[in-house]
Amino acid sequence: MSTAVDIPRFVRAKQVEALPPPNLARGPIAWVRENLFSGPFNTILTLVVFYLLYVAVPPLVRFLFIDAVWTGTDRAACRADTGGSETGACWAFIWDKINYFIYGSYTVSERWRVDIFFALLAIGVAWLLWLRAPRRDLGAVYFFWIFPVVSYVLLTGGNADLGLRFWIGFAIFGALVIALFAFFAALLKTAMRPALIMGGGIVAVIGITLAVVDVDFGLAHVPTSLWGGILVTLLVATVGIVVSLPFGILLALGRRSKLPIVRMASVIFIEFVRGVPLITVLIMANTMLPLFLPGDMTVDRLLRPLIGTALFASAYMAEVVRGGLQAMPKGQYEGAMSLGLNYPQMMTLIILPQALRIVIPGIVNTFIGLFKDTSLVAIVGIFDLVKTIEASRIDPNWAAPTIGITGYAFAALFYFIFCFGMSRYSLGVERRLAAGQKR
Amino acid sequence: MATTLSSQTIRSVDVDPKAEAAVQMIDVHKWYGEFHVLRDINLNVRRGERIVICGPSGSGKSTMIRCINRLEEHQKGRIIVDGTELTNDLKRIDEVRRDVGMVFQHFNLFPHLTILENCTLAPIWVKKMPKKEAEEIAMHYLKRVKIPEQANKYPGQLSGGQQQRVAIARSLCMSPKIMLFDEPTSALDPEMVKEVLDTMVGLADEGMTMLCVTHEMGFARQVADRVIFMDYGQIVEMNTPDEFFRNPQHERTKLFLSQILH
Repeated sequence: MSTAVDIPRFVRAKQVEALPPPNLARGPIAWVRENLFSGPFNTILTLVVFYLLYVAVPPLVRFLFIDAVWTGTDRAACRADTGGSETGACWAFIWDKINYFIYGSYTVSERWRVDIFFALLAIGVAWLLWLRAPRRDLGAVYFFWIFPVVSYVLLTGGNADLGLRFWIGFAIFGALVIALFAFFAALLKTAMRPALIMGGGIVAVIGITLAVVDVDFGLAHVPTSLWGGILVTLLVATVGIVVSLPFGILLALGRRSKLPIVRMASVIFIEFVRGVPLITVLIMANTMLPLFLPGDMTVDRLLRPLIGTALFASAYMAEVVRGGLQAMPKGQYEGAMSLGLNYPQMMTLIILPQALRIVIPGIVNTFIGLFKDTSLVAIVGIFDLVKTIEASRIDPNWAAPTIGITGYAFAALFYFIFCFGMSRYSLGVERRLAAGQKR
Repeated sequence: MATTLSSQTIRSVDVDPKAEAAVQMIDVHKWYGEFHVLRDINLNVRRGERIVICGPSGSGKSTMIRCINRLEEHQKGRIIVDGTELTNDLKRIDEVRRDVGMVFQHFNLFPHLTILENCTLAPIWVKKMPKKEAEEIAMHYLKRVKIPEQANKYPGQLSGGQQQRVAIARSLCMSPKIMLFDEPTSALDPEMVKEVLDTMVGLADEGMTMLCVTHEMGFARQVADRVIFMDYGQIVEMNTPDEFFRNPQHERTKLFLSQILH
């Protein structure tokens, strides 16, 4: 079958069949040779890494598991002078304080409400993140409307007691919103009916939300100053993530808008927030926000850092999304426009699905950063997980040498599970979305 | 009610009474910053007419046809498409784009949607057509461009020629009155040019109004009613294909033809 190369004429008579590769290129030994010892430099690197693993992993395993103290009711178990073990983690301490780490100082008899909140959150997250889940549109309604309202009532106790004057004010506000929609419909010469339905819908959603918040369900009021631990950490992270993505997309679109005022406003917001550390934003939200509001109006102490972190993350998200928008070829815009799609349709159907897919790594990066940044709310006196650990660490009942390390190890484990989960999930989504579109 | 009435009256004023014109361009000028890309363009395209536009690169051919569906904005003169004058009024631009299909050099299919979704997107969202009906129409046109079996694949899985035929089908799904082609075969492998040209010839035979920027002179000879030669943003010469190729008048046209016909 061989073909000499120096013959001047050649016509192939028979097609060459596809053959399997030679055996040398496969198998575990080939893999090791190719990936671990493919050259002197790689061999040295491999050996160095093996040595570092040998130095680091066994002591860590010994501390966290083998020598660890798993049971005990106070410091005696974790102190050498009282017969305990001092060389391992004191998991008994975590076990003893676990309720405080989860709920903070939330009223003990009402903690079932927090459990329901966690369950509802898990349902919502699973519904939205599981790409093949049924009725994901309903899932979105649940997660972005029903879940927040129910959670608010559950966690605070609801019964906002808005009063008649408020409802009269709301009625006027609702009429104004509908009138505004009608006005814009007339201005843009579009059909009146959808505009009225949209305006009415918005007013109805806000009205129902407020009504639910207003109703007295007989739940005891739990002030936010009692909330703490994982509850607060997850709350701040969820609100930050849920607000920052849509708000960031709007800011990114605003920054690329042709309208100078919209563009300027977006640029100023993004650059201002990005130019300021999160701690400053939190302190400003905590101490300066009340100064700008009318005297009789107060913003809840937990709500202030909540808004602060959400706005902070939005600015970063906006820049990530803008990166995706800029990576879109002009032809996609032109293809969409030439078919007669208007701007919102073009963005939601063509540009954003592709642009967001490009920047999934950046988006998840921002989410992970935000999730870890929630620990900074401690600076304005909110008891998040890290702060509750800090507070328990100095409990004289548990005065033992390994308590601090154990506490932080627990915090590290908690943050790692969530951040690693987000990271893996995003990788899975990337793979899935890319599957059908590979060249 | 009042709004629809007023826009109707504006439209009827704009309709040119003397012509069955699909596209009218009257004294159109366009600048990119300081650069004068389109100069004194006057063109009247009758319904059902097939026009081929050629010229050296940078001569403004693409820009001219992109002005017709307002992908580019002209700064002076008037463009009237199917009786609707293009102004800054977004509503009218949408109206024109609904009636004018466009096929691009690089296809511009939507890579995140299947072939079928690419074709049904605009009918569903722009024409508010029920999904089932849109899919039937899409399959009809995909059959016409001879790739119904690819309907559930993604654009990235198709060859260039197939992608371009999908792009043509996608435009046809909006049942346009006018089709614009912007160098539809320039990005294709040589073996795939013919299948796209055949599709376009088929369209021309059915009486579609077509404006086609292309250097496929065989295509021009076969289907064009008029050939336009452009250079420096101006229409240099315009004639029937027979006359244009046999007996070019302008020096620049002669030079151009001698370069491309060998």
